[in-house]
Amino acid sequence: MITAAVTERENYLNVSHGLKSWLLTKDHKRIGLLYLFTITLFFFLGGAFATLIRIELLTPQGGLVSSETYNKLFTMHGVAMIFFFLIPSIPATLGNFFLPMMIGARDLAFPRINLLSWYLLVIGGLFGLFAMLAGGVDTGWTFYTPYSTTYSNSWVIATALGIFVAGFSSILTGLNFIVTVHRMRAPGMTWFRLPLFVWANYATSLIQVLGTPVLAVTIVLLFSERVFHIGIFDPALGGDPVLFQHLFWFYSHPAVYIMVLPAMGVLSELVSTFSRKPIFGYKLVAFSSVAIAVLGFLVWGHHLFVSTQSVYAGMVFSFLSYFVAIPSAIKVFNWTATLYKGSISYATPMLYAFGFIGLFTIGGLTGLFVASLGIDVHVTDTYFVVAHFHYIMVGGTIMAYLGGLHYWWPKITGRMYPELWARLSAMVIFLGFNFTFFPQFILGYLGMPRRYHVYPPEFQVLHVMSTLGASVLAVGYAIPMVYFVWSLRYGKLAPDNPWGATGLEWKTPSPPPPHNFDRIPIVEHEAYDYSTVVGEVMEVG
Amino acid sequence: MASQIHAETLALREQFNTEAQQKDAATLGMWIFLITEIMFFGGLFLAYTVYRRWYADAFAVASSSLNVYIGAANTVVLLSSSLTMVLAVRAAQLGKRKAIVWFLVLTLLLGGVFLGVKAYEWNQKFVEHHIPGPAFHFEGVAQQGPAQLFFSLYFAMTGLHALHMVIGVGLLTLLIVQAAKGRFSASYMTPVDVVGLYWHFVDIIWIFLFPLLYLIDRHLGK
Amino acid sequence: MTEHTEHIDSAKTYILVFLCLIGLTLLTTAVAFVNLGDFSVVAALTIAVCKMLLVALFFMHVRHSTKLTKLVLAGALVWLGILILLTLTDFATRGLGGVPGR
Repeated sequence: MITAAVTERENYLNVSHGLKSWLLTKDHKRIGLLYLFTITLFFFLGGAFATLIRIELLTPQGGLVSSETYNKLFTMHGVAMIFFFLIPSIPATLGNFFLPMMIGARDLAFPRINLLSWYLLVIGGLFGLFAMLAGGVDTGWTFYTPYSTTYSNSWVIATALGIFVAGFSSILTGLNFIVTVHRMRAPGMTWFRLPLFVWANYATSLIQVLGTPVLAVTIVLLFSERVFHIGIFDPALGGDPVLFQHLFWFYSHPAVYIMVLPAMGVLSELVSTFSRKPIFGYKLVAFSSVAIAVLGFLVWGHHLFVSTQSVYAGMVFSFLSYFVAIPSAIKVFNWTATLYKGSISYATPMLYAFGFIGLFTIGGLTGLFVASLGIDVHVTDTYFVVAHFHYIMVGGTIMAYLGGLHYWWPKITGRMYPELWARLSAMVIFLGFNFTFFPQFILGYLGMPRRYHVYPPEFQVLHVMSTLGASVLAVGYAIPMVYFVWSLRYGKLAPDNPWGATGLEWKTPSPPPPHNFDRIPIVEHEAYDYSTVVGEVMEVG
Repeated sequence: MASQIHAETLALREQFNTEAQQKDAATLGMWIFLITEIMFFGGLFLAYTVYRRWYADAFAVASSSLNVYIGAANTVVLLSSSLTMVLAVRAAQLGKRKAIVWFLVLTLLLGGVFLGVKAYEWNQKFVEHHIPGPAFHFEGVAQQGPAQLFFSLYFAMTGLHALHMVIGVGLLTLLIVQAAKGRFSASYMTPVDVVGLYWHFVDIIWIFLFPLLYLIDRHLGK
Repeated sequence: MTEHTEHIDSAKTYILVFLCLIGLTLLTTAVAFVNLGDFSVVAALTIAVCKMLLVALFFMHVRHSTKLTKLVLAGALVWLGILILLTLTDFATRGLGGVPGR
């Protein structure tokens, strides 16, 4: 029984009190928690829209909402989930919290810019929220012209403004991470001793700084077109609506790698710790993160296959799109090889990791289907694509995010979550997820278009199955909300290293002190060197 | 090596271990910010490339309505401001307080001249009905659309550039106040350095905007 | 790895670079009045790139900077290139081959 004396030890949570100490903090750990709070709100907002969508799709005739309202529902679901939840998620919460600790630094390079990043997300989110409450936006999260610039009567500008501001949040976080990793590694922490989570966030940051500005200028042009009719996307004035699509997807395709790369970084940590083995092929995994970041910028035209993009460009983009699968596959093979002859534990984070590996693989393989120009002509704008990206973003990213949250929860809060309930909800989520989204592959292949709420009756069975799955999934997501909060008060007090993991973050107390390290450590071991944690007991269950 | 927790100063904030580390981080940070700006302007350069290829003639005619001599003169003004800026940075590296202030003030003034000339040019466009929108009318072309597209890009690109100049002017003002107070020395001049980088970058954008907007097929002599 | 701040360029160097920049500005303006056909835009961009390099290498001290800074700058230009060139694979090939709508 750990005594009260230990819990009074000064840590980043109790070093100061009051709202101001949080809202004006420069501590990357507190900022990570501010982000955690914010993105969780947006997750449930996006989830609320998803709930309405799935209920509407129970019957072929719709009837719960009008078509106009349905357009708003899927738009706002996408906007909330992508821009205000997924894009920030792992980097701004787990990345913010642990990147400095993992490299042996006291904070990020620019702590006040870090705080500014959070405020920008909040402000952007408020604009988006305002738009949603004031009547919503109905253009799809992709804002294609000319509907968004000329014909839509919804809150396009307010939403776009929110995304614009949130984009700068993302850019500044990326900038901060890049400078931090380059300039603030502890002595002895060479690039190839970095945890793979750092490599993943670094690669993500490259995408953030190179891609997001293009989204920003696209929004400026969208705004100018809508307000001033400058003609840049208007055929009547000589403009081309497809130019918008090129500009939009130049960011939005790499954006999906912003969403998945950090998740892959989490996976490397989880697979190593819960196999108690170094990641197989460390350098390959590290380089594959950078390769994904680079290659991800070369494929955006595969979103324009059925537009008036020339077929020659289509062929180029289709060809390039196959290559981006390779580094992802390398990671999956390396995680699998890590498991081989490992000492495997089935703690909750590992359950999420297994879920990721299976579901991301399915999502990724179906990505090859849609990369094929010929097949995509058939399945584009159908539920096949919807299922493809949900397998990666929900079955992949969100699972990894939950796995990471559970894994690092003891370090963040000083408390253990209840293992039994956690494993239960992981399994409920896995089950619910597959029932929600697998039928959608079939639906899409059979021709069910996306963004439609009225459909032929023969699709109803699959839709009902999907909605039932979504209900189960919702329950699965709700349970951790309850026990995480519960654990803050009643959870077992956590030791410094409950998992017997390597990594500098596990050398600090749980929760960590305000400045992470009293003295900057000197690193003398390779990453994932389990000889340094011999005898550290694995705490499971 | 301040590997232990230390008190914070301007030149050595809490999270850093040495002043050199902090300076390197600040410089790298500004460079990365500048590459985000390159991509930001890049979207406009893309739109320009696409439409200039499609509407080469209309763009040439529209471009010729800009005053090339004013454009060139303004380019010289901005290049001069880059010279005075780098001389300010040099003065800071040498710890010459008065020189820093004077060169920064000169940079500010030259930047102001540039903006003033731009305002004059835009006003000319307004008078000639070349501002995109309902009042747009360009003489001497069959289709108004492509000509309007040129001017949309002209105003978007020079407008965005001018916005960055205004921000630069703001930053320079802050620097002048601090420099006058003796805040900078040879061992701490990072803010001057990074604002300098920003200012030069804005200059480089103009280095491309000038030929792309003002010098399209001038030999056609309209 | 630190920036090479010990090396302080002389005022003369900067003034010389400035004069080159002015010269190139005058050159590009003059060349615009000469009929070079399609080569006009190449000439204009080449001169602009030269001016950019002068400002970057001398005024922005890239000449004395770390490999990382040079990589960052080069990377940005490559990325701008990707944006424009890959988009042009669409806009420059529409209607090629004479097939309608392709």
